Amino acid sequence: MLEAPIIRFENVTKFYDSETTVLDNINFELERGKFYTLLGPSGCGKTTILRLIAGFMQPSSGNIYLNGKLINHVPANERQVNTVFQDYALFPHLNVFENIAFGLRIKKLGKKVIEEKVIEALKFVNLDGFENREIAEMSGGQRQRVAIARAIVNDPEIILLDEPLSALDLKLRSEMQYELRELQQRLGKTFIFVTHDQEEALAMSDEIFVLNEGQVEQNGTPKDIYDEPINRFVADFIGESNIVAGTMVADFRVHIDGNEFDCVDQGLNPNEKVDIVIRPEDLEITSVENGKMKVKVDTQLFRGVHYELSTYDEAGNEWLVHSTKEAEVGSSIGLNFDPEAIHVMRLNETEEDFDKRLESYGEEAYAK
Amino acid sequence: MQNKNSKSIYSVPYFVWILLFVIAPIALIAYYSFLDLSGNFTLDNYKNFFTSVYLKLTLSSFWYAFLITLFSLIVAYPTAYFLTKTKHKQLWLLLIIIPSWINLLLKTYAFIGIFGLSGPINAFLQVFGISEQQILFTDFSFIFVSVYIFIPFMILPIFNALDKLNPSLIDASKDLGASNWTTFSKVIFPLTINGVKAGVQAVFIPSLSLFMITRLIAGNKVITLGTAIEQQFLVTQNWGMGSTIAVFLIIFMVIIMIITGQREKGATSYGKNK
Repeated sequence: MLEAPIIRFENVTKFYDSETTVLDNINFELERGKFYTLLGPSGCGKTTILRLIAGFMQPSSGNIYLNGKLINHVPANERQVNTVFQDYALFPHLNVFENIAFGLRIKKLGKKVIEEKVIEALKFVNLDGFENREIAEMSGGQRQRVAIARAIVNDPEIILLDEPLSALDLKLRSEMQYELRELQQRLGKTFIFVTHDQEEALAMSDEIFVLNEGQVEQNGTPKDIYDEPINRFVADFIGESNIVAGTMVADFRVHIDGNEFDCVDQGLNPNEKVDIVIRPEDLEITSVENGKMKVKVDTQLFRGVHYELSTYDEAGNEWLVHSTKEAEVGSSIGLNFDPEAIHVMRLNETEEDFDKRLESYGEEAYAK
Repeated sequence: MQNKNSKSIYSVPYFVWILLFVIAPIALIAYYSFLDLSGNFTLDNYKNFFTSVYLKLTLSSFWYAFLITLFSLIVAYPTAYFLTKTKHKQLWLLLIIIPSWINLLLKTYAFIGIFGLSGPINAFLQVFGISEQQILFTDFSFIFVSVYIFIPFMILPIFNALDKLNPSLIDASKDLGASNWTTFSKVIFPLTINGVKAGVQAVFIPSLSLFMITRLIAGNKVITLGTAIEQQFLVTQNWGMGSTIAVFLIIFMVIIMIITGQREKGATSYGKNK
């Protein structure tokens, strides 16, 4: 028998008053021990999902199951779920030790056991020896770790993280990304991480849920979502991308503003209107004669790892190019790309149909 | 130099005020406390204060002030908590504050009418066949009116403390398994203790020296340090003894301010208490 999913949302809808729907009929299942990320712009409902799992609010309709048990009406303090809050929410009147021991004291564990567990949790987050510090004496990154220690010390089924890295500076943030990922793997717990930062999501997750306006646009591994975005929104939100309108001439042939290109997509209706995505790093600068496409360089920025070129083709579409080669602003250049670089998105395709279509391509299309 | 001069000009009103209305009166009181009825130096006033009459008086003053503070707190804390949860909290708060702008004497007189033998309360009781009750000039009416007068001063600091409390701390407490009661006793109350202390200070200290409400509402039933001072000065004309009581009252106030004035660590927010 299959193990019940650790979290299951069944037709979950949430609205605050009759007009604002925050979540619109959400369905998903989460497996135990994985690192999930809820990704989306602010107001997309990602934090609402987290608060529903934590028990800080109840769904307006639909059911939430934890380990196969309905938990709609189980209050937050009876759920085996702990949260790392965006502002850490550490208790300012308690020191580091007492903050971490808070949950253990409520469980009325023995003094010795509490001490052992707190010390162990502090070791886990690389803060040994900090137990007697006051919260006010800790830096942002250290508070972050205390908040994580306070959550994991209770041995919860799920750890919820509500944009916990957003208050940290860039360097610390990427450090914590490694640490969180490693921590999750060492603990083997289910992490549900909320963020609006796509890089964070791509770097850490086993699986990403891209949310927009209260709905799941797409879910999948970071690679799936990056390489095969389902629609304009996901393509645009995850990474930088060139999105243009096109037409599917036939299987493996796509037409963009007067040019036809080979691609690897099939099974669409002839002459169906589609959106085309090509990632900037898949475009390669070459001479005008050798390029599949002729563009004019409008601006060029040096980004350190690469140059970022903004170019325009004759039809007026903008093509963003990431290239290690420098080009001359104002000059005409050719752009080259592989058929695999073209990603075709049907308009208004559901996630289910999208997955089916991708499967139907089989190996041969990719082997080409 | 210019700067320093202009600064000292601005400070003049302050120092004049302090000298005339704080230092001089306290110095005078201290001076009078060492004088007997005929104006000779004596320590008898202080000796007398430690006799059973005055000690009992002090004790009962503290007892009444304690009761007034306690009942104010019992009403004010839940009220303040409720107010922070309402939608237009500043408006509801204002409605509670407004009566405190009305003259104290007027409000006290109003209660004489309300609690009087022919007042509305007795009229209401008579509907149920209960005979006229003496409500005025009792401990009950004294404490009731005092609590009524002082409650806004208790609500305000507690409301401010609760309002400043980060709501995610309450979520965090529940998240870690705490019940509503544990969340209150371990998180909300400790973090709003400064508001409570400020409220206790604002109620307890003036309650110690109440005399007008005592006189009008409690008649001669309740004698406190405030009424004793009034009697010594105006009735007995013993300025020395009156001043001595006042000196002790000031000492008590200072002690209470020290006790309730300690700032708890980190009670408002991170970093502020560094």
